[in-house]
Amino acid sequence: MRMKPDSLLYPAPRGLYCAKGDFYIDPVQPVERALITHGHADHARAGHGRVLATRETLDIMRIRYGEGFCGESQVASLGETMAINGVRVSFHPAGHVLGSAQISVEAGGKRIVVSGDYKRRSDPTCRPFEPVPCDVFITEATFGLPVFHHPDDRLETARLLASLKQFPERAHVVGAYALGKAQRVIALLRQHGYDEPIHIHGALAKLCEYYQAEGIDLGDIQSATLAGEKRPDFAGGIVIGPPSAFADRWARRFAEPVAVFASGWMLIRQRAKQRGVELPLVISDHCDWAELTGTIREIAPAEVWVTHGREEALVRWCELEGIPARPLHLVGYDDEGE
Amino acid sequence: MKAFAELLGRLVLTPQRNAKIRLLTDYFRSSPDPSRGYALAAIAGTLSLNTVKPALIRDLLLERMDEVLFHYSYDYVGDLAETVSLAWEPPEGTVPVDVPLGEVVERLQRAGRSEVRSLVRDMLDRLDTAGRFAFLKLVTGGLRIGVSARLAKQALADLGGKDIGEIETLWHGLSPPYLPLFLWLSGEAEMPVLTTPAVFHSVMLATPIGEGDLEGLDPADFAAEWKWDGIRVQLANIGGVRRLYSRSGDEISGAFPEIVEAAGIAGVIDGELLVGGTTRTNRSTATFGDLQQRLNRKTVNRKLLDDYPAFIRGYDILFTGERDMRPEPFHARREALAALIDAASPHHFDLSPLVPFSTWEELDRLRSDPPDPVIEGIMLKRLDSPYLAGRMKGPWFKWKRAPFNIDAVLMYAQRGHGKRSSYYSDFTFGVWTEAEGGTTLVPVGKAYFGFTDAELEILDRFVRDNTVERFGPVRAVRAEPDAGFVVEVAFEGLNRSTRHKSGVAMRFPRIARLRQDKLPREADRLETLQAMIGMKG
Repeated sequence: MRMKPDSLLYPAPRGLYCAKGDFYIDPVQPVERALITHGHADHARAGHGRVLATRETLDIMRIRYGEGFCGESQVASLGETMAINGVRVSFHPAGHVLGSAQISVEAGGKRIVVSGDYKRRSDPTCRPFEPVPCDVFITEATFGLPVFHHPDDRLETARLLASLKQFPERAHVVGAYALGKAQRVIALLRQHGYDEPIHIHGALAKLCEYYQAEGIDLGDIQSATLAGEKRPDFAGGIVIGPPSAFADRWARRFAEPVAVFASGWMLIRQRAKQRGVELPLVISDHCDWAELTGTIREIAPAEVWVTHGREEALVRWCELEGIPARPLHLVGYDDEGE
Repeated sequence: MKAFAELLGRLVLTPQRNAKIRLLTDYFRSSPDPSRGYALAAIAGTLSLNTVKPALIRDLLLERMDEVLFHYSYDYVGDLAETVSLAWEPPEGTVPVDVPLGEVVERLQRAGRSEVRSLVRDMLDRLDTAGRFAFLKLVTGGLRIGVSARLAKQALADLGGKDIGEIETLWHGLSPPYLPLFLWLSGEAEMPVLTTPAVFHSVMLATPIGEGDLEGLDPADFAAEWKWDGIRVQLANIGGVRRLYSRSGDEISGAFPEIVEAAGIAGVIDGELLVGGTTRTNRSTATFGDLQQRLNRKTVNRKLLDDYPAFIRGYDILFTGERDMRPEPFHARREALAALIDAASPHHFDLSPLVPFSTWEELDRLRSDPPDPVIEGIMLKRLDSPYLAGRMKGPWFKWKRAPFNIDAVLMYAQRGHGKRSSYYSDFTFGVWTEAEGGTTLVPVGKAYFGFTDAELEILDRFVRDNTVERFGPVRAVRAEPDAGFVVEVAFEGLNRSTRHKSGVAMRFPRIARLRQDKLPREADRLETLQAMIGMKG
């Protein structure tokens, strides 16, 4: 479905565009002015002219892309309203990863909330989602199918710890995305009382350090990339790294590794099987079906726009509920990366 | 049900045999009776339940779910039981409970036909997601978790610190939920005494003849037999109980009713299951390809019985009546076997003939040019050897015909499992064929062993450096006439296949050598393979 270009926000080739304010939200190509919801690479890209985002998101972009990640950065304080060319803009917690925010865009008496990626359950590493009343709610649909019911994180962590006990001679190597998921898994293990050192892949080091500096307690974190003749094989230990690392030569150093993967996709057995995962942990930084539909009911917007993921099912649900809804067909967002 | 569901989930995704055994042993140790006994039965395939049709569980879900949303979901997940287990929403306020597996099974066994629907709905409401999945797999009759009955028995043996032979001895005399068995394994009772005696016994296996093995051996100490290309079986008829087992101890009586019916001989024999005619009826033995029509079936229809009649070619004997023949030497056992087979149905039993020879050279010539296409080599058996369970070097050797070899081009690679999960170690290879637009490669097989660790490093590096495309976990590698990787593939035979684009299917392919000295254009052509169909190596 095509939207009129005169609407407040509409999908343009480079991303979601506000003509009146002349800015993009999470653009997929370099633009003059970008508002960024959170630091994941498909939402936060380098090379924009001016970037407005939360302090944490800007820090994360700096860590990932270096000092010159944009021409000029500006911090958005949560809950504070700013005006950009007559458009009222405010940022609100999204509960997805550290620094993640929803962006509210308001003009001509109409408010649109771009939720970015979000989740509703508690996460020791970031602020919880805050519902913002609006006319149009733009929701993601990464797990927008009625089959997605994420279990309680604590049960998943307990499964990892149980396996560690059952196979004490094997290293448990956990694939988890470098920003957000990895730190959350570590924090969950700590909440569970696991206080052994946790070893991490080099790609996680800076972000873990940053989380620690932001006051999130990750306990004893050590590098898993040790050089030398007598490097340990981490038998009985937990090693965390980005999922790609486990397909790599890097993973060969571990003692009979148990391949673990922390992702919402792990709910689907075939997905786990295809990736050679032996212990799938369903830990997601996105909403499951009940949380997506519950959020729409709670916010009760006049209209719902659905972006990346399984748009068709969530649009269908809205239709059944009598809520006007349409898919946005934004391109460039990696709905698999979770 | 929670523990059982978790066990199934782990078993499906665990490739290593020892890890599977550990998961099973830990489950059996920590779960109560009768749940663990029913779990054992479900895994070993001895649990009988009123099964539920997939249509019923789909209907139950549609009572509560929009059909369009159901289709989106099912299309995405691809497995009905999984879709229903994930999408099922219990009524508001229902707290999932852990219904013990034993209770689930007993309720299902008691339920009448008309009660099944509401029972299934009720169970789905009470269980959690993993529990629903396990439950649905159980009631639709398809666990498919990659665990054989034999592996489950090994776990039982480990649990009680017993020998698997003892478990096998008892197995068919017991039934779910196996209470006396677990009492014995946990040391709380004596070994159960069976009313029907013992059945499957571990079979004796041969080691391959290696370089120099024959030099120190005297041909006069050995008997030679043809090695037939069927499946190794054990047939038992003890105390009127008749069973046919595969060599791993899985019961296959249901698939070969004519053999079981004809098993009028009392005792336990070891032989090759083949199809076609016996030597006693002067008809020829059919190929392994024909035998495959009868394999992996639970039951069999009239047409299959007529088209592919099965028989056993006897190799050895373990019991005559109740008398244990295993300590007897080979020649004594062979006499007893011959007598038994002579008295049995000529359509269903014959004796594997001995091959007379006086020197190893003579035997080697016979091996290279056997008189029947269904022969895959020679077996050598020490005349004075008793029948020993398992595979040990010395008493029995197998001397196979040289396998087929072709040069093929590496086309796709996939990562392995476990220790090999960081290596590209599953390879699809192809040969050249003419197609519209010129000469192209067509895949002819897949192999994941045969190479050394050092060779694997080389293959892995090639895959990583030459990936041209990715399809999920699979990588396509560079494979052009002048750039690519040639491997020598060894295999045991070729069958015609309608499932593969190339029209051929290899048996037991493995990578014999890396041929970095060759260019892909020098690899073999599909016509070469087509000419090999039905031939024996």
